[in-house]
Amino acid sequence: MRIFNFDEQLIPLDEWVQTAVDWLVVNYREFFQVLKIPVEISLEGLEWLFGVLPPFVVILLFAIAAWRYAGKRVTVFTVLSFLLVGYLGLWEDTMTTLAMVICSVVFCAVVGIPLGIMAGRSDRFEMFLRPFLDAMQTTPAFVYLIPVVMLFSIGTVSGILATIVFALPPIIRLTNLGLRQVHPELVEAAVAFGATPWQVLRKVQFPLAMPSVMAGLNQTIMMALSMVVIAALIGAGGLGNPVVQGLNTLEIGLATIGGLSIVLLAMVLDRITQGIAQK
Amino acid sequence: MTEEVKVSVKNLFKIFGPHPKKAMGLLEQGLDKDAIFEKTETTIGVQKASFEIFKGEIFVIMGLSGSGKSTMVRMLNRLIEPTSGQVFIDGEDIISMDNDQLVKMRRKKMSMVFQSFALMPHMTVLQNAAFGLEMDGFDKKTREERALQALEQVGLEAWAASMPDELSGGMQQRVGLARGLAVDPDILLMDEAFSALDPLIRTEMQDELLKLQAKAKRTIVFISHDLDEAMRIGDRIAIMEGGSVIQVGTPDEILQNPADDYVRAFFRGVDPTNILTAGDISVDTQVTIVITDGKNSRAALQRLIKNDRNFGYVVDTTRKFQGVVSTDSLREIIDHPDQPQLIANAYLDGIVPAHVNDSMQDILPEVASHPWPLPILNDADEYIGAVSKNLFLRTLQRNEPEESEEPEEMTT
Ligand SMILES: Nc1ncnc2c1ncn2[C@@H]1O[C@H](COP(=O)(O)OP(=O)(O)O)[C@@H](O)[C@H]1O
Ligand SMILES: [Mg+2]
Repeated sequence: MRIFNFDEQLIPLDEWVQTAVDWLVVNYREFFQVLKIPVEISLEGLEWLFGVLPPFVVILLFAIAAWRYAGKRVTVFTVLSFLLVGYLGLWEDTMTTLAMVICSVVFCAVVGIPLGIMAGRSDRFEMFLRPFLDAMQTTPAFVYLIPVVMLFSIGTVSGILATIVFALPPIIRLTNLGLRQVHPELVEAAVAFGATPWQVLRKVQFPLAMPSVMAGLNQTIMMALSMVVIAALIGAGGLGNPVVQGLNTLEIGLATIGGLSIVLLAMVLDRITQGIAQK
Repeated sequence: MTEEVKVSVKNLFKIFGPHPKKAMGLLEQGLDKDAIFEKTETTIGVQKASFEIFKGEIFVIMGLSGSGKSTMVRMLNRLIEPTSGQVFIDGEDIISMDNDQLVKMRRKKMSMVFQSFALMPHMTVLQNAAFGLEMDGFDKKTREERALQALEQVGLEAWAASMPDELSGGMQQRVGLARGLAVDPDILLMDEAFSALDPLIRTEMQDELLKLQAKAKRTIVFISHDLDEAMRIGDRIAIMEGGSVIQVGTPDEILQNPADDYVRAFFRGVDPTNILTAGDISVDTQVTIVITDGKNSRAALQRLIKNDRNFGYVVDTTRKFQGVVSTDSLREIIDHPDQPQLIANAYLDGIVPAHVNDSMQDILPEVASHPWPLPILNDADEYIGAVSKNLFLRTLQRNEPEESEEPEEMTT
């Protein structure tokens, strides 16, 4: 049977993709370079900020946040973690990573929350969005690193863009979920009292979805941190660098302190944002 | 009666599901709700409903679960879009309103109280009470003032700063009521508002509602599946079954004249002695004697004998009740011509007339313990009629389950 003859490649999808990306690079590279600009500006601002702030001030700010939202133990843990990464000689890389993570998360929130709201209010939009979200979360990052580099060239900004692709789905999903979990009677009550759709969203649905949105933000932060090493492969700075460098040169110690710092940073950010979500 | 119509529902249908047109066709062919669902997976929510709600009355919509009460009340503010038909509020067709008009109408004219309370869990009691005013764009000061007044009306001003989940169920529904009152609506829609509360609290809330209604007359559409509740608070009741409105009337009208077995079934659990009043059951078939000069005792006796009655009810020329005489007491004074022949001397002792608003329960002892039918008077002490033992028992029987009449028990 000819249908089951798999000896030859019948669908040369690989070539099509190759051609498509090449075509995009040749014709639209400038457009993609322009897309980078807002990310670039935000990142530079954040890097500058964390660069000029003395370590003492950064630690103090995080300690205050931890104290307010997450309690005494997290505060102590936060201070000790930052001191440790400092003593390990990775303060600057940590600040770069922090700037990258914050930058990606801000863009994820700016794009993801509105998309999540739209999905939460429209079954059709949710259906349309779902396969894209699945693809973004499951496509191995290495697959899209090459087109990202081809279109945006290497560097920290490209690293952030790759990170956004990977870290965007949870905030969309959990915003959508949060909205859908709002009891329909509450929406009905609001409408009965003459609320417009916008008022329903602003006064009822979104405030009640807030814990879920915050949980999404927390996950987005975690996923952004998990991309740090992969981002380093395409030239992003930060804590991914010592890890990649350690792997390349088999300096297991260097890779370890890089990895340890990422984990500590992740735990600090996780505990603080979880604390905020629960308030 | 010339009542002002506030809400008028004309030929209203709501059909849920995939094939409303087909279901309409089947309805016209006379199929019932279950048959249509089996055929088309389409549910009849409300069918062919027409009725009027008067200004200032408590209109209760009653029916079993699934009979379409919630659907009906939600079509009055278009939380549910009717499939066809019309709803007029103050003569305005709300079905043809656009979104802006609809929002405005909901803000200005009506508010709603829900079975599940539906309070906003992220807002304080005060913010909840102010919700409708906030939607309407009142500034913070005004809306908090008015919300606080509404909370005062339900006795919860001290809880203004609490969160709803700190309150008991009864208190939460008071907040729900305050939220409804704060916007000062013409029409208050209440969907089983008290059904989730335990019986004592429920009665308390009913009293509260009646008290509020006595102060400021609103048009209240009250959904209930509880007959006692409907009887207690309803000025008029509409009974729904399978999406249709099968009877509309005052509690007494329905109680005394149920439209069909479904309605009658509702009333089987009810003790009519609590609901019917002396005025409802009294009849003016006894002999009344008007005292003219007060000396017509012979004529009085003649009339009693002619009508084959033992007792006569004496009234003055304005129908004010004077007393009860019997053939015996009249004969007594006629047999003693030496004494003045005043009818007043023939009045029986121990007559305690009842008031028209006394319940059957109230008058039972008087009816039972004397041979004479109990005279019933109105507020002006005018004689309205009398209740005899026979009449009392007949009323009881009419409302009793009539098992012996069920056909299945009569077949072999
Ligand atoms: N959104 C809906 N979709 C489909 N069927 C519905 C919907 N809402 C109500 N129904 C059906 O319409 C009928 C009337 O429901 P409802 O008005 O809630 O009754 P009630 O309030 O008297 O219990 C029921 O058979 C119910 O299953
Ligand atoms: Mg209902």
